[in-house]
Amino acid sequence: MAEALSVSGGRRTLNLSVRAREGLDAYVMLLPWVVGFVLLEAGPFVASLGLSFTKWDMFSSPVWVGLSNYQDMVADRLMGMAVFNTVYYTFILIPLQVLATLAMSLALNMKVRGIRWYRTLYYLPSITPAVANALLWMLIFQPEFGIANFVLQKLGLPRQLWLLDIRLAKPSLIIMSLSLVGGSMPVMLAGLQGISTELYEAARIDGAGRWQLLRRVTLPLLTPVIFFITVTGIIGSFQVFTSAFLATNGGPQNATLFYVLLLYRNAFQYFKMGYSCAMAWALFVVILAFTVLQFWLSSKWVHYET
Amino acid sequence: MSEGVPAIPVARSAEPNGAGEHPRSRAGRKPQWGSILVHAILLGGGLLMLLPFLWTVSTSLKLPGAALDWPPNLIPDHITFENYRRIWEVAPFALYTRNSVIISALRVLGSIMSATMVGFAFARLRFPGREPLFLICLSTMMLPFFVTMIPAYALFRILGWIDTFLPLTVGAWLGPSFYVFLSRQFMRTLPMDYDEAARIDGAGNWRIWWSVILPNSKSVIATIGIFAFRASWDDFLGPLIFLNSQRNFTLALGLRSFQGYYSTSWTLLMAGSVLMILPVLVAFFALQRYFLQGMVFSGLAGR
Repeated sequence: MAEALSVSGGRRTLNLSVRAREGLDAYVMLLPWVVGFVLLEAGPFVASLGLSFTKWDMFSSPVWVGLSNYQDMVADRLMGMAVFNTVYYTFILIPLQVLATLAMSLALNMKVRGIRWYRTLYYLPSITPAVANALLWMLIFQPEFGIANFVLQKLGLPRQLWLLDIRLAKPSLIIMSLSLVGGSMPVMLAGLQGISTELYEAARIDGAGRWQLLRRVTLPLLTPVIFFITVTGIIGSFQVFTSAFLATNGGPQNATLFYVLLLYRNAFQYFKMGYSCAMAWALFVVILAFTVLQFWLSSKWVHYET
Repeated sequence: MSEGVPAIPVARSAEPNGAGEHPRSRAGRKPQWGSILVHAILLGGGLLMLLPFLWTVSTSLKLPGAALDWPPNLIPDHITFENYRRIWEVAPFALYTRNSVIISALRVLGSIMSATMVGFAFARLRFPGREPLFLICLSTMMLPFFVTMIPAYALFRILGWIDTFLPLTVGAWLGPSFYVFLSRQFMRTLPMDYDEAARIDGAGNWRIWWSVILPNSKSVIATIGIFAFRASWDDFLGPLIFLNSQRNFTLALGLRSFQGYYSTSWTLLMAGSVLMILPVLVAFFALQRYFLQGMVFSGLAGR
């Protein structure tokens, strides 16, 4: 009571100390993040760049070699294959994934009885852990008795070696990934539901048919979400590791040797840490470029509802 | 007090189910072929999506050696739960499960505690440098693990942490940026009156975080928890790099080593897979709302 009655001078010092207290508490609360940022993010990030100019096996001290890791990368035959495999995998998988997600979301946006159940049903498979999914598909693609060949046989097609076939190994891994396709459906669906019904009504009054509604209203307004799913999908699939490591371990004859799988081998099997850091940084630059592209696209091409 | 708290803004389905449909009696008189077709397509597609999972379950219920019967059959001739009993005996499966549970629990708890604390500071306290620091935090979200992996490994080696759970769990206690982002965005939607009322009652900033903001942040806590659980349970690369001895293996890593030793025993392997999927399924159905909310929120925030 006495404090509340005291004059403005007293209040000001009280305010100041409250403000200082708030700042102090904030910095203490941020402390874990700052420690994590310095030791686990920024520090390793910079160290990784520095190490990429060295030869280092992690046991002796690093030796400065300048740009030679980067030069070696250009000449490395395995590196060329890994880049090719990763690009091949990504640019077939992601368009299929986005199209499937779009089709699924359009279907699940219908006003049908029990649609919530259907949404759950379509989303559910995508929560399967990557390891479990890889193991299952190895069984499905089993060359002698797997159901993949059973289906082919029923269709009157020749049997295949799937994961053991140089031509089919990458497509097989793509099929494996597509079986988890529902994962970004909720995002696309939310995008669809964010489009105002007035726009559809206005277009319908103007005589637009179903197809035109999709082409002229839905798709343009959905581009932000489509771009987002595409770019994050590309970034993710540039780092495809678990499925290839388990199902094929890079084989047959390096047909599924993906970029980060080669990076992992160079680091933890051949202990070429400097070279691996150079590979990591090259990957970082590419991913950064795609992230920037995402921002640029979303500010330039994309229609926003206002 | 928890009433009327704004949830993470998520577009909900616009209409309640069944709105605008014909009354049942009318539909009964005149079958709506269009609607039946729609249901048939939706159900067919859904079952196709579910087929891999059904195949996993079905294989796990087959007799050892029946996994590769020809022709393959989705419904086993002879259903047995033998695989679910045997798996605990033939592999250190219980140990893998225990390790996965410990690591996941530590990661979930750490992510929730640290991210809500850091997020609280960013969302509701005023201090010099707040905006630039938050931008830095955001920018680390897109840093791929592979870029920091090798120096981080070297650091953990110096600390003597290799082949312990620490490299897998400590990061979660240091405010993972994505979870910080989620909680900061959520906490900004809570009315500032909460804090002011608590301040007048003499509460300090720590009390406000713990007793005022956290009890009102259940939805973002659930979202972070479920994300952290899935990331941890699913993690393969981390355990592969940081854990060496079999007694420290997680389920993800253990199942794979298991595949090497018992390569012909698909029924056992699939039983292991089902046991690994089960907790994720349970978490999904228990917290379905938050699962999807978080997904959608992080997706839409990317625009």
